[in-house]
Amino acid sequence: MDEHARAQGVGSEEQPCGVDRREFLKKCCLAGPIVLTVVELGGEGAETPAYDATKHYYGMGIDVSKCIGCGRCMEACKTENDVPPEPHFVRTWVERYVIPAEGETHVEVITPGRTTDVRPAERAIVRTYFVPKLCNHCANPPCVQVCPVGATFISRDGVVLVDHEYCIGCRYCIQACPYGARFLHPETHTAEKCTFCYHRVVKGLAPACVEVCPSGARIFGETAARNSPLARFYRFNEIQVLKGHLNTEPKVYYARLDREVS
Amino acid sequence: MDSGGRLGRLANAVRRGWSRMPQQLSRLVVLFVAAVAGLAAARFFLVPPTFGELGHYRASAIADNVAVPLKYAGREACVDCHTDVAEVHSKARHQTLSCETCHGPAARHIENPGEVNPVVPREREFCPRCHGYDPSRPTGFPQIDPVLHNPMTPCVSCHVPHAPEPPTLPASCSACHGEIARLKAVSHHAVLECTECHDTPDAHKDTPRLVRPGKPAGREFCGKCHAPNAASPKHIPRIDIGTHGGRYPCWQCHYPHYPEVG
Repeated sequence: MDEHARAQGVGSEEQPCGVDRREFLKKCCLAGPIVLTVVELGGEGAETPAYDATKHYYGMGIDVSKCIGCGRCMEACKTENDVPPEPHFVRTWVERYVIPAEGETHVEVITPGRTTDVRPAERAIVRTYFVPKLCNHCANPPCVQVCPVGATFISRDGVVLVDHEYCIGCRYCIQACPYGARFLHPETHTAEKCTFCYHRVVKGLAPACVEVCPSGARIFGETAARNSPLARFYRFNEIQVLKGHLNTEPKVYYARLDREVS
Repeated sequence: MDSGGRLGRLANAVRRGWSRMPQQLSRLVVLFVAAVAGLAAARFFLVPPTFGELGHYRASAIADNVAVPLKYAGREACVDCHTDVAEVHSKARHQTLSCETCHGPAARHIENPGEVNPVVPREREFCPRCHGYDPSRPTGFPQIDPVLHNPMTPCVSCHVPHAPEPPTLPASCSACHGEIARLKAVSHHAVLECTECHDTPDAHKDTPRLVRPGKPAGREFCGKCHAPNAASPKHIPRIDIGTHGGRYPCWQCHYPHYPEVG
Protein backbone atom coordinates (compact mmCIF):
# COMPACT_ATOMS: atom_id res chain seq x y z
CA MET A 1 0.00 0.00 0.00
CA ASP A 2 2.87 2.29 0.86
CA GLU A 3 4.38 2.30 -2.60
CA HIS A 4 1.01 2.84 -4.25
CA ALA A 5 0.36 5.91 -2.17
CA ARG A 6 3.78 7.23 -3.08
CA ALA A 7 3.32 6.56 -6.76
CA GLN A 8 0.00 8.31 -6.70
CA GLY A 9 1.52 11.25 -4.92
CA VAL A 10 4.05 11.64 -7.72
CA GLY A 11 1.27 11.32 -10.28
CA SER A 12 -0.91 14.03 -8.81
CA GLU A 13 1.96 16.49 -9.01
CA GLU A 14 2.43 15.69 -12.67
CA GLN A 15 -1.19 15.93 -13.67
CA PRO A 16 -1.32 19.72 -14.12
CA CYS A 17 1.49 19.41 -16.66
CA GLY A 18 -0.95 17.82 -19.09
CA VAL A 19 -0.55 14.08 -18.45
CA ASP A 20 -3.79 12.27 -19.15
CA ARG A 21 -5.21 9.54 -16.96
CA ARG A 22 -4.29 6.64 -19.25
CA GLU A 23 -0.66 7.69 -19.42
CA PHE A 24 -0.52 8.33 -15.71
CA LEU A 25 -1.80 4.83 -14.95
CA LYS A 26 0.76 3.35 -17.34
CA LYS A 27 3.51 5.18 -15.51
CA CYS A 28 2.11 3.96 -12.23
CA CYS A 29 2.34 0.37 -13.43
CA LEU A 30 5.94 0.87 -14.53
CA ALA A 31 6.93 2.75 -11.41
CA GLY A 32 5.29 0.22 -9.06
CA PRO A 33 8.00 -2.43 -9.16
CA ILE A 34 10.79 0.16 -8.98
CA VAL A 35 9.28 1.90 -5.97
CA LEU A 36 8.62 -1.51 -4.44
CA THR A 37 12.25 -2.52 -4.88
CA VAL A 38 13.48 0.72 -3.39
CA VAL A 39 11.13 0.35 -0.43
CA GLU A 40 12.22 -3.28 0.08
CA LEU A 41 15.92 -2.44 -0.09
CA GLY A 42 15.68 0.69 1.97
CA GLY A 43 13.23 -0.93 4.38
CA GLU A 44 14.27 -1.21 7.98
CA GLY A 45 16.68 -4.06 7.17
CA ALA A 46 14.35 -6.65 8.63
CA GLU A 47 16.30 -9.31 6.79
CA THR A 48 19.49 -9.33 4.79
CA PRO A 49 18.77 -7.68 1.43
CA ALA A 50 19.21 -10.85 -0.59
CA TYR A 51 16.95 -12.89 1.65
CA ASP A 52 13.31 -13.26 0.66
CA ALA A 53 11.31 -14.98 3.38
CA THR A 54 8.43 -15.75 1.03
CA LYS A 55 10.68 -17.99 -1.10
CA HIS A 56 11.59 -20.35 1.76
CA TYR A 57 9.78 -22.79 4.01
CA TYR A 58 11.90 -24.72 6.46
CA GLY A 59 11.72 -28.06 8.16
CA MET A 60 14.07 -30.55 9.76
CA GLY A 61 14.54 -34.28 9.34
CA ILE A 62 15.90 -36.50 12.11
CA ASP A 63 17.22 -39.98 11.48
CA VAL A 64 16.92 -41.64 14.87
CA SER A 65 19.10 -44.57 13.83
CA LYS A 66 22.05 -42.23 13.26
CA CYS A 67 22.01 -40.41 16.58
CA ILE A 68 24.96 -41.47 18.74
CA GLY A 69 23.89 -39.39 21.74
CA CYS A 70 27.11 -37.35 21.95
CA GLY A 71 25.14 -34.23 22.90
CA ARG A 72 27.15 -31.87 20.68
CA CYS A 73 23.90 -30.44 19.32
CA MET A 74 22.84 -29.52 22.84
CA GLU A 75 26.16 -27.81 23.54
CA ALA A 76 26.32 -26.00 20.21
CA CYS A 77 22.75 -24.73 20.65
CA LYS A 78 23.56 -23.36 24.08
CA THR A 79 26.68 -21.63 22.78
CA GLU A 80 25.14 -20.23 19.63
CA ASN A 81 22.00 -18.89 21.28
CA ASP A 82 23.30 -17.94 24.73
CA VAL A 83 20.92 -20.36 26.41
CA PRO A 84 21.31 -20.27 30.22
CA PRO A 85 23.90 -22.83 31.36
CA GLU A 86 21.66 -24.76 33.77
CA PRO A 87 21.05 -28.24 32.35
CA HIS A 88 17.25 -27.96 32.42
CA PHE A 89 17.19 -24.94 30.10
CA VAL A 90 17.49 -26.41 26.62
CA ARG A 91 16.25 -25.47 23.19
CA THR A 92 17.16 -28.84 21.79
CA TRP A 93 17.85 -31.99 23.73
CA VAL A 94 18.50 -35.70 23.26
CA GLU A 95 16.44 -38.32 25.06
CA ARG A 96 17.68 -41.78 25.92
CA TYR A 97 15.03 -44.46 25.70
CA VAL A 98 15.56 -47.74 27.53
CA ILE A 99 12.88 -50.32 26.86
CA PRO A 100 12.99 -53.24 29.30
CA ALA A 101 11.42 -56.62 28.61
CA GLU A 102 8.89 -55.88 31.32
CA GLY A 103 7.61 -52.70 32.89
CA GLU A 104 7.83 -49.02 32.08
CA THR A 105 10.05 -47.58 29.39
CA HIS A 106 12.68 -45.37 30.94
CA VAL A 107 13.25 -41.98 29.30
CA GLU A 108 15.85 -39.43 30.36
CA VAL A 109 17.46 -36.37 28.84
CA ILE A 110 21.16 -37.04 28.37
CA THR A 111 23.87 -34.89 29.87
CA PRO A 112 26.43 -34.13 27.16
CA GLY A 113 29.77 -35.77 27.87
CA ARG A 114 28.51 -38.22 30.44
CA THR A 115 27.89 -41.86 29.62
CA THR A 116 25.68 -43.74 32.01
CA ASP A 117 25.26 -47.44 32.52
CA VAL A 118 21.74 -47.97 31.32
CA ARG A 119 21.41 -51.53 32.49
CA PRO A 120 18.91 -51.65 35.32
CA ALA A 121 19.96 -54.26 37.84
CA GLU A 122 17.66 -57.18 37.15
CA ARG A 123 15.77 -56.24 34.03
CA ALA A 124 16.62 -57.37 30.55
CA ILE A 125 16.68 -54.60 27.94
CA VAL A 126 14.81 -55.09 24.71
CA ARG A 127 16.10 -51.98 23.01
CA THR A 128 17.77 -48.69 23.83
CA TYR A 129 18.40 -45.69 21.60
CA PHE A 130 18.62 -41.90 21.46
CA VAL A 131 16.00 -39.48 20.13
CA PRO A 132 16.96 -35.84 19.43
CA LYS A 133 14.15 -33.38 20.09
CA LEU A 134 13.51 -29.68 19.56
CA CYS A 135 10.67 -27.31 18.73
CA ASN A 136 8.65 -28.94 15.97
CA HIS A 137 7.91 -25.60 14.30
CA CYS A 138 4.32 -26.70 13.83
CA ALA A 139 2.35 -25.32 10.91
CA ASN A 140 -0.60 -25.22 13.31
CA PRO A 141 1.11 -24.28 16.57
CA PRO A 142 -0.83 -24.27 19.84
CA CYS A 143 1.71 -21.89 21.39
CA VAL A 144 0.98 -19.19 18.81
CA GLN A 145 -2.77 -19.63 19.25
CA VAL A 146 -2.66 -19.05 23.00
CA CYS A 147 -0.29 -16.07 23.08
CA PRO A 148 -2.46 -13.21 24.36
CA VAL A 149 -0.33 -10.42 22.90
CA GLY A 150 0.96 -11.80 19.60
CA ALA A 151 4.51 -12.14 20.88
CA THR A 152 5.02 -15.54 19.30
CA PHE A 153 4.29 -16.13 15.66
CA ILE A 154 5.10 -18.11 12.53
CA SER A 155 7.37 -16.19 10.21
CA ARG A 156 6.65 -16.31 6.50
CA ASP A 157 9.35 -18.97 6.07
CA GLY A 158 7.63 -21.29 8.54
CA VAL A 159 9.74 -20.71 11.65
CA VAL A 160 7.99 -20.19 14.98
CA LEU A 161 9.70 -17.23 16.65
CA VAL A 162 9.35 -15.25 19.88
CA ASP A 163 9.29 -11.46 20.09
CA HIS A 164 11.33 -10.90 23.25
CA GLU A 165 10.54 -7.19 23.32
CA TYR A 166 6.83 -7.83 23.35
CA CYS A 167 6.53 -11.07 25.37
CA ILE A 168 4.89 -10.49 28.75
CA GLY A 169 6.14 -13.75 30.25
CA CYS A 170 2.70 -15.16 31.02
CA ARG A 171 3.87 -18.75 30.26
CA TYR A 172 0.68 -19.69 28.38
CA CYS A 173 2.75 -20.87 25.42
CA ILE A 174 4.93 -23.04 27.68
CA GLN A 175 1.78 -24.75 28.95
CA ALA A 176 0.32 -25.09 25.48
CA CYS A 177 3.31 -26.71 23.77
CA PRO A 178 2.67 -30.46 23.68
CA TYR A 179 6.37 -31.16 23.10
CA GLY A 180 7.78 -29.28 26.09
CA ALA A 181 9.93 -27.25 23.73
CA ARG A 182 9.63 -23.92 25.55
CA PHE A 183 10.91 -22.49 28.80
CA LEU A 184 10.99 -19.13 30.55
CA HIS A 185 14.36 -17.40 30.40
CA PRO A 186 15.45 -16.93 34.04
CA GLU A 187 16.81 -13.42 33.43
CA THR A 188 14.63 -11.82 30.76
CA HIS A 189 11.49 -13.65 31.99
CA THR A 190 10.34 -14.10 28.41
CA ALA A 191 9.51 -17.31 26.58
CA GLU A 192 12.50 -19.06 24.97
CA LYS A 193 12.53 -21.68 22.26
CA CYS A 194 14.37 -23.07 19.28
CA THR A 195 14.41 -20.62 16.36
CA PHE A 196 15.96 -23.05 13.84
CA CYS A 197 18.88 -20.61 14.42
CA TYR A 198 16.97 -18.05 12.37
CA HIS A 199 19.94 -15.66 12.39
CA ARG A 200 22.05 -18.35 10.69
CA VAL A 201 19.38 -19.60 8.33
CA VAL A 202 18.77 -16.17 6.76
CA LYS A 203 22.51 -15.99 6.06
CA GLY A 204 22.46 -19.35 4.31
CA LEU A 205 24.07 -21.28 7.17
CA ALA A 206 22.68 -24.42 8.77
CA PRO A 207 21.35 -24.29 12.35
CA ALA A 208 24.13 -24.85 14.89
CA CYS A 209 22.87 -28.30 15.92
CA VAL A 210 22.83 -29.45 12.30
CA GLU A 211 26.27 -27.94 11.69
CA VAL A 212 27.96 -29.87 14.49
CA CYS A 213 26.06 -33.17 14.32
CA PRO A 214 28.84 -35.68 13.62
CA SER A 215 26.69 -38.47 12.24
CA GLY A 216 24.33 -36.50 10.03
CA ALA A 217 21.32 -37.43 12.15
CA ARG A 218 19.82 -33.98 11.60
CA ILE A 219 18.94 -32.69 8.13
CA PHE A 220 17.78 -29.12 7.67
CA GLY A 221 16.28 -27.62 4.55
CA GLU A 222 13.40 -26.54 2.42
CA THR A 223 10.26 -28.61 2.77
CA ALA A 224 8.91 -27.61 -0.61
CA ALA A 225 12.04 -28.10 -2.76
CA ARG A 226 12.22 -31.27 -4.80
CA ASN A 227 16.00 -31.64 -4.69
CA SER A 228 16.97 -30.55 -1.19
CA PRO A 229 18.59 -32.99 1.25
CA LEU A 230 15.42 -32.78 3.31
CA ALA A 231 13.26 -33.72 0.32
CA ARG A 232 15.51 -36.70 -0.32
CA PHE A 233 15.28 -37.70 3.33
CA TYR A 234 11.52 -37.37 3.14
CA ARG A 235 11.25 -39.41 -0.03
CA PHE A 236 13.47 -42.33 0.95
CA ASN A 237 12.31 -42.86 4.52
CA GLU A 238 9.14 -43.78 6.32
CA ILE A 239 8.35 -40.47 8.00
CA GLN A 240 6.75 -40.05 11.37
CA VAL A 241 6.01 -36.94 13.38
CA LEU A 242 5.61 -36.56 17.13
CA LYS A 243 2.04 -36.53 18.45
CA GLY A 244 0.52 -36.37 14.99
CA HIS A 245 -2.95 -36.95 16.43
CA LEU A 246 -2.86 -33.46 17.96
CA ASN A 247 -3.08 -31.95 14.47
CA THR A 248 -0.23 -29.55 15.16
CA GLU A 249 1.31 -30.37 11.76
CA PRO A 250 4.93 -30.55 12.96
CA LYS A 251 7.73 -29.73 10.52
CA VAL A 252 10.32 -31.86 12.30
CA TYR A 253 10.20 -35.21 10.55
CA TYR A 254 11.50 -38.42 12.11
CA ALA A 255 12.75 -41.54 10.36
CA ARG A 256 13.01 -44.95 12.05
CA LEU A 257 11.26 -43.76 15.15
CA ASP A 258 10.34 -46.43 17.67
CA ARG A 259 6.71 -46.75 18.67
CA GLU A 260 7.57 -46.01 22.29
CA VAL A 261 8.58 -42.44 21.44
CA SER A 262 6.04 -39.69 21.93
CA MET B 1 -22.75 22.52 -7.53
CA ASP B 2 -19.86 23.97 -5.49
CA SER B 3 -18.83 21.85 -2.55
CA GLY B 4 -19.15 24.75 -0.09
CA GLY B 5 -22.90 24.93 -0.66
CA ARG B 6 -23.30 21.20 -0.38
CA LEU B 7 -21.39 21.09 2.90
CA GLY B 8 -23.48 23.96 4.25
CA ARG B 9 -26.72 22.12 3.47
CA LEU B 10 -25.36 18.98 5.14
CA ALA B 11 -24.36 20.94 8.24
CA ASN B 12 -27.85 22.46 8.40
CA ALA B 13 -29.47 19.06 8.13
CA VAL B 14 -27.28 17.67 10.93
CA ARG B 15 -28.10 20.67 13.12
CA ARG B 16 -31.82 20.24 12.50
CA GLY B 17 -31.64 16.47 13.20
CA TRP B 18 -29.59 17.01 16.36
CA SER B 19 -32.12 19.52 17.77
CA ARG B 20 -35.00 17.17 17.01
CA MET B 21 -33.18 14.14 18.54
CA PRO B 22 -34.46 13.13 22.01
CA GLN B 23 -32.03 14.21 24.69
CA GLN B 24 -31.35 10.68 26.00
CA LEU B 25 -30.38 9.58 22.47
CA SER B 26 -28.08 12.53 21.80
CA ARG B 27 -26.23 11.79 25.07
CA LEU B 28 -25.76 8.21 23.93
CA VAL B 29 -24.36 9.44 20.60
CA VAL B 30 -21.85 11.64 22.44
CA LEU B 31 -20.81 8.73 24.64
CA PHE B 32 -20.48 6.45 21.61
CA VAL B 33 -18.36 8.95 19.70
CA ALA B 34 -16.17 9.49 22.78
CA ALA B 35 -15.73 5.73 23.24
CA VAL B 36 -14.74 5.23 19.58
CA ALA B 37 -12.31 8.14 19.75
CA GLY B 38 -10.87 6.76 22.99
CA LEU B 39 -10.39 3.34 21.48
CA ALA B 40 -8.77 4.78 18.39
CA ALA B 41 -6.41 6.85 20.54
CA ALA B 42 -5.57 3.86 22.75
CA ARG B 43 -4.87 1.75 19.68
CA PHE B 44 -2.70 4.47 18.20
CA PHE B 45 -0.56 4.76 21.34
CA LEU B 46 -0.52 1.14 22.55
CA VAL B 47 -0.11 -0.94 19.40
CA PRO B 48 3.60 -1.06 18.53
CA PRO B 49 4.65 0.53 15.22
CA THR B 50 5.21 -2.50 12.99
CA PHE B 51 2.48 -4.68 14.50
CA GLY B 52 0.26 -6.28 11.88
CA GLU B 53 2.43 -5.54 8.87
CA LEU B 54 3.07 -9.22 8.18
CA GLY B 55 0.59 -10.84 10.52
CA HIS B 56 -0.54 -10.72 14.13
CA TYR B 57 2.95 -9.80 15.39
CA ARG B 58 5.55 -7.03 15.28
CA ALA B 59 7.29 -7.24 11.92
CA SER B 60 10.41 -5.80 13.52
CA ALA B 61 10.62 -8.87 15.81
CA ILE B 62 12.02 -10.69 12.79
CA ALA B 63 14.89 -8.22 12.63
CA ASP B 64 15.48 -8.78 16.37
CA ASN B 65 15.73 -12.51 15.80
CA VAL B 66 18.10 -12.02 12.86
CA ALA B 67 20.36 -9.69 14.86
CA VAL B 68 21.72 -12.51 17.08
CA PRO B 69 25.51 -12.70 16.55
CA LEU B 70 27.02 -15.83 14.98
CA LYS B 71 29.23 -18.11 17.08
CA TYR B 72 29.64 -21.04 14.69
CA ALA B 73 31.04 -19.99 11.34
CA GLY B 74 30.18 -23.09 9.33
CA ARG B 75 32.43 -25.52 7.52
CA GLU B 76 32.77 -23.45 4.33
CA ALA B 77 34.38 -20.60 6.24
CA CYS B 78 37.08 -22.93 7.63
CA VAL B 79 37.76 -24.52 4.26
CA ASP B 80 38.56 -21.11 2.74
CA CYS B 81 41.89 -21.00 4.58
CA HIS B 82 42.57 -24.56 5.78
CA THR B 83 42.48 -26.14 2.33
CA ASP B 84 45.10 -28.79 3.14
CA VAL B 85 43.22 -30.19 6.12
CA ALA B 86 39.91 -29.94 4.28
CA GLU B 87 41.35 -31.94 1.39
CA VAL B 88 42.33 -34.83 3.67
CA HIS B 89 39.23 -34.56 5.81
CA SER B 90 36.76 -34.54 2.92
CA LYS B 91 37.81 -38.03 1.84
CA ALA B 92 38.19 -39.60 5.26
CA ARG B 93 35.77 -41.40 7.51
CA HIS B 94 35.21 -38.25 9.52
CA GLN B 95 33.95 -36.36 6.48
CA THR B 96 30.44 -35.98 7.89
CA LEU B 97 31.82 -33.99 10.80
CA SER B 98 31.98 -30.23 10.67
CA CYS B 99 35.30 -28.69 11.76
CA GLU B 100 33.47 -27.04 14.64
CA THR B 101 32.15 -30.37 15.93
CA CYS B 102 35.55 -30.92 17.53
CA HIS B 103 37.21 -27.50 17.37
CA GLY B 104 34.30 -25.56 18.84
CA PRO B 105 32.72 -22.28 17.70
CA ALA B 106 35.07 -20.44 15.35
CA ALA B 107 33.28 -17.29 14.19
CA ARG B 108 35.57 -15.13 16.32
CA HIS B 109 38.62 -16.92 14.95
CA ILE B 110 37.50 -16.08 11.44
CA GLU B 111 37.05 -12.41 12.32
CA ASN B 112 40.42 -12.32 14.02
CA PRO B 113 42.55 -15.30 12.94
CA GLY B 114 45.74 -14.19 14.65
CA GLU B 115 44.31 -13.43 18.06
CA VAL B 116 41.60 -16.00 18.73
CA ASN B 117 42.30 -19.66 18.14
CA PRO B 118 39.76 -22.48 18.32
CA VAL B 119 40.32 -25.34 20.73
CA VAL B 120 42.35 -28.39 19.70
CA PRO B 121 41.08 -31.25 21.85
CA ARG B 122 43.99 -33.60 22.53
CA GLU B 123 42.94 -35.00 25.88
CA ARG B 124 41.88 -38.62 26.16
CA GLU B 125 38.46 -37.73 27.52
CA PHE B 126 37.40 -36.05 24.28
CA CYS B 127 37.05 -38.86 21.75
CA PRO B 128 34.99 -41.21 23.96
CA ARG B 129 32.27 -38.54 23.89
CA CYS B 130 31.36 -40.17 20.60
CA HIS B 131 33.38 -43.38 20.60
CA GLY B 132 33.05 -44.58 24.19
CA TYR B 133 30.87 -47.66 24.50
CA ASP B 134 27.25 -46.81 25.17
CA PRO B 135 24.56 -49.46 24.69
CA SER B 136 22.13 -46.87 23.30
CA ARG B 137 24.41 -46.04 20.37
CA PRO B 138 23.50 -47.55 17.01
CA THR B 139 24.87 -51.02 16.27
CA GLY B 140 28.01 -50.86 14.17
CA PHE B 141 29.08 -47.41 15.33
CA PRO B 142 32.79 -47.71 16.27
CA GLN B 143 33.06 -47.75 20.06
CA ILE B 144 35.72 -48.68 22.61
CA ASP B 145 35.76 -49.18 26.35
CA PRO B 146 37.67 -46.09 27.56
CA VAL B 147 38.80 -47.94 30.69
CA LEU B 148 40.34 -50.93 28.92
CA HIS B 149 41.38 -49.49 25.57
CA ASN B 150 45.09 -48.58 25.81
CA PRO B 151 44.76 -46.86 29.17
CA MET B 152 46.41 -43.46 29.72
CA THR B 153 47.39 -43.07 26.06
CA PRO B 154 45.98 -40.00 24.26
CA CYS B 155 43.87 -41.09 21.29
CA VAL B 156 45.87 -38.89 18.89
CA SER B 157 49.04 -40.91 19.53
CA CYS B 158 47.60 -43.78 17.45
CA HIS B 159 44.66 -42.27 15.50
CA VAL B 160 44.68 -39.33 13.08
CA PRO B 161 41.52 -37.37 13.91
CA HIS B 162 41.18 -35.76 10.48
CA ALA B 163 41.48 -39.10 8.70
CA PRO B 164 40.88 -41.93 11.16
CA GLU B 165 41.19 -45.51 10.01
CA PRO B 166 38.96 -48.30 11.27
CA PRO B 167 40.53 -50.93 13.52
CA THR B 168 42.55 -53.56 11.69
CA LEU B 169 40.96 -56.93 11.11
CA PRO B 170 41.59 -59.51 13.84
CA ALA B 171 44.59 -61.72 13.12
CA SER B 172 43.28 -64.83 14.84
CA CYS B 173 39.93 -66.31 15.75
CA SER B 174 40.76 -65.95 19.44
CA ALA B 175 40.40 -62.16 19.16
CA CYS B 176 36.65 -62.62 19.25
CA HIS B 177 36.11 -66.27 20.18
CA GLY B 178 38.45 -66.18 23.17
CA GLU B 179 36.39 -68.46 25.38
CA ILE B 180 36.35 -71.26 22.83
CA ALA B 181 40.04 -70.73 22.04
CA ARG B 182 41.04 -71.03 25.70
CA LEU B 183 39.00 -74.19 26.16
CA LYS B 184 40.34 -75.78 23.00
CA ALA B 185 43.92 -74.96 23.98
CA VAL B 186 43.78 -77.41 26.93
CA SER B 187 41.82 -80.11 25.11
CA HIS B 188 42.86 -83.06 22.98
CA HIS B 189 41.95 -80.94 19.98
CA ALA B 190 44.51 -78.27 20.89
CA VAL B 191 46.63 -78.87 17.78
CA LEU B 192 43.71 -78.46 15.40
CA GLU B 193 43.36 -75.08 13.75
CA CYS B 194 39.84 -73.60 13.88
CA THR B 195 39.81 -73.65 10.09
CA GLU B 196 40.40 -77.42 10.14
CA CYS B 197 36.71 -77.88 10.97
CA HIS B 198 35.26 -74.42 10.22
CA ASP B 199 35.57 -73.26 6.67
CA THR B 200 35.97 -69.49 7.23
CA PRO B 201 35.72 -66.95 4.40
CA ASP B 202 37.91 -63.84 4.81
CA ALA B 203 34.83 -61.61 4.76
CA HIS B 204 33.79 -63.10 8.11
CA LYS B 205 36.45 -60.95 9.79
CA ASP B 206 35.06 -57.80 8.25
CA THR B 207 31.34 -58.47 8.53
CA PRO B 208 31.07 -61.28 11.09
CA ARG B 209 27.31 -61.45 11.19
CA LEU B 210 26.72 -61.30 7.47
CA VAL B 211 29.31 -63.88 6.42
CA ARG B 212 29.37 -66.81 8.82
CA PRO B 213 31.91 -69.63 8.98
CA GLY B 214 30.86 -73.16 8.04
CA LYS B 215 30.36 -76.07 10.40
CA PRO B 216 30.88 -79.81 9.85
CA ALA B 217 27.83 -81.31 8.20
CA GLY B 218 27.66 -84.89 9.49
CA ARG B 219 29.37 -87.73 11.35
CA GLU B 220 31.43 -88.55 8.26
CA PHE B 221 33.40 -85.38 9.00
CA CYS B 222 34.58 -86.72 12.38
CA GLY B 223 35.12 -90.06 10.71
CA LYS B 224 37.94 -88.58 8.64
CA CYS B 225 40.10 -88.96 11.77
CA HIS B 226 38.12 -91.25 14.05
CA ALA B 227 36.83 -93.97 11.69
CA PRO B 228 38.58 -97.40 12.05
CA ASN B 229 40.13 -97.15 8.60
CA ALA B 230 40.98 -93.37 8.72
CA ALA B 231 44.43 -92.31 7.52
CA SER B 232 45.36 -90.62 10.78
CA PRO B 233 47.97 -91.17 13.52
CA LYS B 234 47.55 -94.39 15.48
CA HIS B 235 46.92 -92.84 18.93
CA ILE B 236 43.70 -91.18 17.80
CA PRO B 237 40.67 -93.01 19.25
CA ARG B 238 38.68 -95.02 16.70
CA ILE B 239 35.01 -95.76 16.59
CA ASP B 240 32.66 -97.39 14.14
CA ILE B 241 31.07 -94.33 12.57
CA GLY B 242 28.31 -96.40 11.02
CA THR B 243 26.82 -97.86 14.20
CA HIS B 244 28.10 -95.84 17.19
CA GLY B 245 25.54 -93.46 18.67
CA GLY B 246 22.63 -94.52 16.51
CA ARG B 247 21.13 -91.69 14.51
CA TYR B 248 22.71 -88.81 16.48
CA PRO B 249 25.49 -86.65 15.08
CA CYS B 250 28.77 -86.84 17.02
CA TRP B 251 28.51 -83.37 18.64
CA GLN B 252 25.20 -84.27 20.21
CA CYS B 253 27.24 -86.15 22.86
CA HIS B 254 30.88 -85.01 22.34
CA TYR B 255 31.75 -81.31 22.55
CA PRO B 256 34.35 -80.90 19.76
CA HIS B 257 36.13 -77.93 21.40
CA TYR B 258 36.74 -79.98 24.54
CA PRO B 259 36.25 -83.69 23.79
CA GLU B 260 36.19 -85.96 26.86
CA VAL B 261 39.03 -88.33 27.56
CA GLY B 262 38.64 -92.07 27.40
